[in-house]
Amino acid sequence: MAKKILERPKGFYAEFERKPGDKGATHYCPGCGHGNIHKLIAEAIEDLELQDRMIMVSPVGCSVFVYYYFATGNIQVAHGRAPAVATALKRANPHAIVVCYQGDGDLAAIGGNEILQAANRGEHLTVFFVNNAIYGMTGGQLAPTSLPGMKTTTTPYGRDIHNEGPPMKMAEFLANLEGPTYIERTALWDNKAISNTRRAIRNALRCQMEGRGFSMVEILSACPSGWKVDPAHQSEWMKENMGPFFPLGITKDLREQREPWFREKIAVEDEALLAALDLALAEPKRLPSALRDPRYANPSIKLAGFGGQGILSAGAMIANAGMEQGFHTSWIPSYGPEMRGGTAYCFVCINAEPIGSPTVTHPDVLMAFNRPSLEKFAADLHPGALLMYDSTIIDVPPKRGDIEALAVPATQMAEDLGNTRMANTIMVGAYLAKSGILSLAAMEQTLPLALKRKNLIEANAKALGVGFAFAKDR
Amino acid sequence: MAKEFIKGNDAIVKAALLAGCESFYGYPITPASEIAHAAAKYFPRVGRTFLQAESEIGSIQMVYGAAAAGERTMTASSGPGMSLKQEGLSYLAGSELPCVVVDIMRGGPGLGNIAPEQSDYFQAVKGGGHGNYKLIVLAPNSAQEMCDLTIRAFELADRYRNPALILADGYIGQMMEPVEFPPPVKGLPAKPWALRGEKISDANLINSIFLDPDELESHNRHLQAKYALIAEREVMVEEYHTGDADFVLVGYGIVSRILRSVVERGRADGHRLGLLRPITLCPYPSVRVAELAGRVKGFLVCELSNGQMVEDIRLAVEGRVPVHFYGRMGGNVPTVEEIYAVVKGQLSVTATA
Repeated sequence: MAKKILERPKGFYAEFERKPGDKGATHYCPGCGHGNIHKLIAEAIEDLELQDRMIMVSPVGCSVFVYYYFATGNIQVAHGRAPAVATALKRANPHAIVVCYQGDGDLAAIGGNEILQAANRGEHLTVFFVNNAIYGMTGGQLAPTSLPGMKTTTTPYGRDIHNEGPPMKMAEFLANLEGPTYIERTALWDNKAISNTRRAIRNALRCQMEGRGFSMVEILSACPSGWKVDPAHQSEWMKENMGPFFPLGITKDLREQREPWFREKIAVEDEALLAALDLALAEPKRLPSALRDPRYANPSIKLAGFGGQGILSAGAMIANAGMEQGFHTSWIPSYGPEMRGGTAYCFVCINAEPIGSPTVTHPDVLMAFNRPSLEKFAADLHPGALLMYDSTIIDVPPKRGDIEALAVPATQMAEDLGNTRMANTIMVGAYLAKSGILSLAAMEQTLPLALKRKNLIEANAKALGVGFAFAKDR
Repeated sequence: MAKEFIKGNDAIVKAALLAGCESFYGYPITPASEIAHAAAKYFPRVGRTFLQAESEIGSIQMVYGAAAAGERTMTASSGPGMSLKQEGLSYLAGSELPCVVVDIMRGGPGLGNIAPEQSDYFQAVKGGGHGNYKLIVLAPNSAQEMCDLTIRAFELADRYRNPALILADGYIGQMMEPVEFPPPVKGLPAKPWALRGEKISDANLINSIFLDPDELESHNRHLQAKYALIAEREVMVEEYHTGDADFVLVGYGIVSRILRSVVERGRADGHRLGLLRPITLCPYPSVRVAELAGRVKGFLVCELSNGQMVEDIRLAVEGRVPVHFYGRMGGNVPTVEEIYAVVKGQLSVTATA
């Protein structure tokens, strides 16, 4: 590990070219801890041979320019969001070593939820959390980790725990979660502490390399500019003031217990993809139909009743069969304000031409399955329209004389079949016979597409036939 | 290829997988949740990533990460969620990362309701987040287009390294129609700029910071030139009976379907109505609108909003002919009769003038 003082570890760029100006110096203030931490990480990158595998996620704050320094893949992200971005980077590149470098405002304030959730998911990430108890770059404001009584530009009279609360202890807080594997707090205030930090950084990276899960090192670090402390006394200040609030040590370590686990990406062939998407269907058969009357062509159909009567699926049956026969079809449930009032309904359009509005004010066909629906919607039918209603349930015949009404005792017929829930399908069968717009064969073929419960296909096919037979001569 | 009678929301997910989308990072919100449900069902089936994020903010940032890694990636949301995603969208645009975002619009402002509105137009088309950026915005009006434009959105996003937005309403999302699905997309574009965690991508950097004002201006000029190129090449518009029309109706999404029926109704009564439907809302078909403005007597723009897209029509028409507006809000969708009555009113005014 012995190196010449001026030789840069391979984790660093040979020159800091991404920064304008001096290629040799960092942009950090004298005494700032970031430089030290960068060096410890860069050495670990070299020793663990991670340079070609690492993606470094730069935060917002003084370390926003982390990407100036590390000779790895680099990405800069919005304040606090590093753990969310890193989550997807890691899942897209399971082989990569993804590292978030975050400050205290970034991780503990604006990004509190992102770190909490990523840690709890046990994402295979490594987070280096630099706690210097203050916002550096934005001008020395209060951080969640600022100390009680600490004067900052937004607590000019000192942090008052009754106003701002006490400092947040993230290493302890995150250690309470099930998800993380390894969390340790270290410091930079003397050689021993720095040496411990070096070890912890490597532990955290190894944790990810070995597939053991989420790791974080919280590093207590100096910000002499923000603290308004002479760099010569910063270490002393840090140890004296931060030390008591932020005890050093491991807060969670399950590295021995957690079995290594690596996510694998798999590729799927086209055929398997189509099958998985339920898309390996046959071409439409375009079966012939025989319209019984020209006025039944291109219908807009409203089906209405109580929720639970199978209104929506009856509509879907008709629409699927329409598609099978090569028509333009649309199906839309009652939606938005139309959902008010307790009736369930849907609109189905079947048309030789492209369908404009999928709902219409004056439908050509109404299938009413309960009395409120009949009373509410029969008035909307245009003169000459077809009204079909379940006469078992609706015992009052419709009042309008200018429409064609067909009473179908669908519920009674369904009961005769042994299942009153088939009334909807019986009505559909009756509509097919009455209009002739769709063939019974097309409907039978497409039943599996409209019905979620496959064990009901046979019973529904039977009900279709019963309804069809009822209406074919009416 | 396979034809399926399917909801628009479900068609988006299947289309995305056919387009090679590798990850979906979602957060539940009505009426877009169905997209997340379908993604949760289908993405893992074919070895792709589905993750429910901790928040709308988290989900768009995950999209940022996946896009940076070179994946075709997506998320879906609705109004309140889209507001939260604006931060991420600005970063995606600034860093020139491709992705697809779906907004199934609902009623606003605030919590509003879950009924269909088109009130996210400004947010979608004019920016939404901070900075000089634009999204590519596509507006489907059928289940088939929910499929086709999703695939198109991935292509455009990759081609221009820019986020693409599918702007639909709850109506189009809920409606079932036959959809003909194309075969799986072949030959996805190489992304040499992506972060792979391999030696080859060591030198790659994804970011949106340009501290030097001249550098940032230059980056912005580059973005603006890109948007100009997109505007030149990628405008999509559908026209119906505009050839001899003297009064043109304009609408997108579900409204355009209703307007189509209004045109048919009006034509049956002898009125020469036409329909102009922008399919790309950004870039906007301003050139075509300006051409029509040179020979028609007026426009009527219909929206499920207080009148947002109408501003773009007025900008293109430049006062040459009257541009009328009819809008409904709160989730109310106008009927054919309702709009036709407005049209007839405007026609009689135009005739008198």
